[in-house]
Amino acid sequence: MAAGAGVVDDGTDESVEARLGRFFDSATGGAALGPDDDYFALGLVNSLLALEIVAYVERVFQVRVEVEDLDLDNFRTIARIAAFVRGKWGSGGAGRPA
Amino acid sequence: MALAGLLERARAEAGDWDRVGALPADVVRDVAALGLLGSDVPSRYGGLGRDARELGELCAALGGACSSLRSLVTVQGMVGAALLRWGTEAQRAAWLPALASGALRAGFAATEQGAGTELAAVATEFTRQGGEIVVSGRKLWITFGRFADVFLVLGRYPDGLGAVLVEADRAGVRVEPVHGQLGLRAGGLADVTFDQVRIPAENALATKGFGLSHVVGTALDHGRFTVAWGCVGIAEECLALAARHAATRVQGTTRLVEHQVVRAALGRMLVETESARALCERAADDRGSIPRTVTAKYAAARAAAHVSTQAVQVLGAAGCADGAAVARFFRDAKVMQIIEGADEVAEVAIGEHAVRRHLLEGDRPCT
Repeated sequence: MAAGAGVVDDGTDESVEARLGRFFDSATGGAALGPDDDYFALGLVNSLLALEIVAYVERVFQVRVEVEDLDLDNFRTIARIAAFVRGKWGSGGAGRPA
Repeated sequence: MALAGLLERARAEAGDWDRVGALPADVVRDVAALGLLGSDVPSRYGGLGRDARELGELCAALGGACSSLRSLVTVQGMVGAALLRWGTEAQRAAWLPALASGALRAGFAATEQGAGTELAAVATEFTRQGGEIVVSGRKLWITFGRFADVFLVLGRYPDGLGAVLVEADRAGVRVEPVHGQLGLRAGGLADVTFDQVRIPAENALATKGFGLSHVVGTALDHGRFTVAWGCVGIAEECLALAARHAATRVQGTTRLVEHQVVRAALGRMLVETESARALCERAADDRGSIPRTVTAKYAAARAAAHVSTQAVQVLGAAGCADGAAVARFFRDAKVMQIIEGADEVAEVAIGEHAVRRHLLEGDRPCT
């Protein structure tokens, strides 16, 4: 199952990190972020984009972000979002639908 | 009273409400009794559980009669949406049924002297003291703030931004009515000062550092959606009023509509109105997309502003008269280009989305 392999399950088998990298490249005007770059600290995220990041993660990775997940530490870098998504996928009911 | 009766009364009396600067108390009670303050709140929390299209059509119908009446649904919905999405189960159970029934009326206290579009600049202070939070600050331009029982307040803790619910009857809350603004004159506007107001810690929403963007973002997204549909109502009503006037008004032996220039104006008005409606329908059918709602609100507010301006022009002196409906819509529509994100802010956000969409072409949800 793709979720177990940690890749995006839409036929592309793209890694979560690569997919997020493309999103942030476009969202930040080609800032070429590394997996551990904190785009909040870099001032690249306004409030509308912060909301879009969560909506994007929910839509593309088919997870539900709950209020207790709204910790900046879950979202401040590409690597942290990827770990958050995999944690959701691995947690059964909170993960993506079968 | 059924919705049709409420709308009929609003059409007949909106000019008076605008003049005196308030909605009659029994009209607000009728809106609440019809469940319209909780239209899209799930039935388990006492709402009508209606979908986005139904909420949109309700706002178009109300907006076509009285923008202040539509704003009542908007404000209650914004606070309800923030609670529904980002409240804890205990907070949802404690607040949503009362908000949906109208037993409690809400206000969204965001803007300050030094923070409007740039809400991250809010200076209102939240200080944790034991099991309580102390709120101090001054908020401006709160729609229906004059009558609110609870405010959703944006502010900052020593370690970051946040949002809390403050009941209006707590010690230290001072409400000052604001009168005479350009539009939305029956919108119960108020400035509110919070002077060392103590609230229990459970009134805090999304307490982690990332919370403000989301609580506020969800509220504003809901606000943009209902404002957009309200603007569709303004444009549709102004188009109908202008077309009726043009078809019936005779000068000398010529009806207005026999002038090609008048027909052309009506044509432009129709295209703008229908375009706005189509974008709002698209936003309703893809409610999860923030950019689609921003786009719909921007287009609908511009349509309302342009179509109401043209309606005043077509009606001429009658459109400029004291109490003329098109004159009220003209004033209200201008406000719609500013609240819930000014046109220019929306243009930048939509432009950023255009770049993103281009670079992410083919991106789709995994299933």
